[in-house]
Amino acid sequence: MEGIPYTVERHPETGVFNAKLGVWLFLASEVMLFGALFSTYILLRVGALEWPHGSSILNVPIGTFNTMVLITSSVTVVMAWASLKMKNLNKYKLFMGLTILLALTFLVVKAFEYGAKFEHHNFPSKSTFLAIYFTLTGLHGLHVLGGIVVNSYFWGPGARMWQTDPERFTNRIEVAGLYWHFVDLVWIFLFPVLYLL
Amino acid sequence: MSDHTHDIKKEIKVYLLVFGALAVGTVITVALSYAHFPLPLAISVALLVATIKASLVACYFMHLISERKLIYVVLIIAGIAILGLPLSLVYNYHDVLEGTVYVP
Repeated sequence: MEGIPYTVERHPETGVFNAKLGVWLFLASEVMLFGALFSTYILLRVGALEWPHGSSILNVPIGTFNTMVLITSSVTVVMAWASLKMKNLNKYKLFMGLTILLALTFLVVKAFEYGAKFEHHNFPSKSTFLAIYFTLTGLHGLHVLGGIVVNSYFWGPGARMWQTDPERFTNRIEVAGLYWHFVDLVWIFLFPVLYLL
Repeated sequence: MSDHTHDIKKEIKVYLLVFGALAVGTVITVALSYAHFPLPLAISVALLVATIKASLVACYFMHLISERKLIYVVLIIAGIAILGLPLSLVYNYHDVLEGTVYVP
């Protein structure tokens, strides 16, 4: 039985390897998912008689810290890919490990933020603002969690492919990185919309 | 050193520059939020900075600046879908059916 075609070389029809086209199609669906939720936010806000300023409910310094954490993780994941391009597995392990640690930091901080809200009985049912806040950040948090699972696999057992098929493994990291950058990209919009406006 | 390794090292410099720009963009967004501009201006500025930051991530970290045409086509279709939804809402926002009764 033949393996999956075009995992390393480019497909003659599309000009990219198959996994790359696959992840971009997936990301396009993600763009539409988050786009629909942003539209919901706009409609709810425009239709509301009054809307709280994000900073009156949410902690801006903590949100800023988490934004920096995700931005840094975007750099480390692209550095992980660049390390493989330079045939340096140890550096890859270092940068991918840092990416996972930063992602975990983001989730821990978010958990503390959620905990503080719940402590003050600020549940999604309390207001429209909190409902859309928990929906958007909760869905984003699930994406962060998914990224941690995938990146941890490629940091640990998945990295064995480097010994047998290094080019394919490098492509896998590029694809995982594309997903991770998208997670960062969504937060770049979520942070000002929810915390600062 | 091979040309390939040299190219990657050049790319790494670009990544670090983009990282600096993203950090500065974040600081600017937060600082401007404390300036208490009128809401329409505050929304415009915050979304403008966010769009610039997102474009930097997409163009350089996700390599969209040198990507194949097919990927652009996929993203344009998604873009039309996400712009179409809010625009259709704006278009129909005041389009209330005749005889609609509002319950207080």
